[in-house]
Amino acid sequence: MSEQYVLSIFRGDQNGGEEQEYQVPAIPGMVVLDAVHYVQAHDAPDLGVRWNCKAAHCGSCSAEINGMPKLMCKTRLDEYQGQVVHIQPMRTFPIVKDLVADVSWNYEVAKKIATFTPVNAAPFRMQQWDVDRVQEFHHCIECFLCQDVCHVLRDHDAKDQYFGPRFMVKMAEFEMHPVDGADRIPQLKNEGGIGMCNVTKCCTEVCPQHIHITDNAIIPLKERVADRYYDPIRNLIRRLTKKEESSSSTVPSKA
Amino acid sequence: MAQASQPSMNRPIKPSGKLPYWVEPAFTIVAFGGFIIYSLWEVLFHNTGTYHNYVSPFFSPGVAGWFGFHVLTALYVVWVPFIFRFSCYYYRKEYYRAFSFHPFGCAVAEPKSHRNRSYKGEWKINNLHRYTWFLAVIVLIFLWKDVVEAFIFPNGFGVGIGSLILLINAILLTGYTFSCHAFRNMIGGRKDCFSCTAHGQSQKTTSYKLWHRISEANVFHGTWAWASLFSVWIADLYVRLLIMGVIHDVRLF
Repeated sequence: MSEQYVLSIFRGDQNGGEEQEYQVPAIPGMVVLDAVHYVQAHDAPDLGVRWNCKAAHCGSCSAEINGMPKLMCKTRLDEYQGQVVHIQPMRTFPIVKDLVADVSWNYEVAKKIATFTPVNAAPFRMQQWDVDRVQEFHHCIECFLCQDVCHVLRDHDAKDQYFGPRFMVKMAEFEMHPVDGADRIPQLKNEGGIGMCNVTKCCTEVCPQHIHITDNAIIPLKERVADRYYDPIRNLIRRLTKKEESSSSTVPSKA
Repeated sequence: MAQASQPSMNRPIKPSGKLPYWVEPAFTIVAFGGFIIYSLWEVLFHNTGTYHNYVSPFFSPGVAGWFGFHVLTALYVVWVPFIFRFSCYYYRKEYYRAFSFHPFGCAVAEPKSHRNRSYKGEWKINNLHRYTWFLAVIVLIFLWKDVVEAFIFPNGFGVGIGSLILLINAILLTGYTFSCHAFRNMIGGRKDCFSCTAHGQSQKTTSYKLWHRISEANVFHGTWAWASLFSVWIADLYVRLLIMGVIHDVRLF
């Protein structure tokens, strides 16, 4: 008899549910999503699971595997040899069905953020080394694992006080862009709730795209908020010089 | 716009990783706790940290002596590295996880006691980290002066174990101080466009190169933080044991 994995998959919806066990034959190189598809094909055709690319590009198959937020398509089953593999939907968001969570709150947050606002009309002229920094943030696939693991959203359900790490990355992407002219610092401090993040770096730990969310997005934004609101000497200089500090960038002179 | 949370599920499992989730906070509690207890012993029960040409980092610079104070002399110095480390972005992660369980580990449920207290985010005082950085740099300058003096013995230049310990300590503290996130912001992080000041030229500016270097060092800020904490501990303990006569310094040449 070939080797088998035991999957314990959450089955249920908003009204409750419980885990059910399924046996899946082991195939070399198998990922968790393969096993879930096997269950769907052979044992539970009504199993709800969201997926799309199966290549860690679409960010659809986010779930909690043995308690840790992960992409099912990027998690090999042989990591769990000898263990029961518990698969549950993302805990931070309401359940639709089985492994499908309702992540629509994130799209509502996205609408609140000022998008890229160039100070000049395209075409833009900029140096690659100036945009390397924001290009790291372009790797985000919006899997929302960072939102799921963030304790501010997960344990404190403070969705009305903090946009979450995904949207700190999004705001950093625009705010640090060389030709962007919008000022998002007041929104970061107030509605965005950047002060709610206490830098425990779980978002960085779970990011399947290896974006340095805390070090390269959240902390630099926190420093910009501190520049504007919590630096008494800079505030004094601003008052004395009657200079309003703006985060607007300067466009490189065009040749 | 808080949403309805999920219906309660049976979640008997704790997040699994390479190490159990409690290892890192447990290490922090032991290392930090040990260091704090040691620091209290050093600050409250000793008034000098000088042994010949070696000066303990707890007692440098000799601020108390400048004002003629002779008790709790370390206290006039140690508050600087304390507030620098307390407001450090890296240490925030460690102490929020280990001491206030916000959270204890990634995807680990916070204690039930937290449910009755609203979470208000991090302490705003931490936003003054940039000022503590300047104070830390001042202390660091004195520590480098101590390193130079640690190589000058009554009969001229020499190298002792203590000289090397103080040198390594200063190097690690320099790495920790200059890989700081606040310094990274000051040195160029607040700029959106480096090439703008170079009129769009393709050559990388000095400002960019400096920011890039600091960013590279910043990746290891946590490593610098722990290494420098232990080096301070070891350097002070070495000088203390010399003063107490428990050990003797070995001159290498």
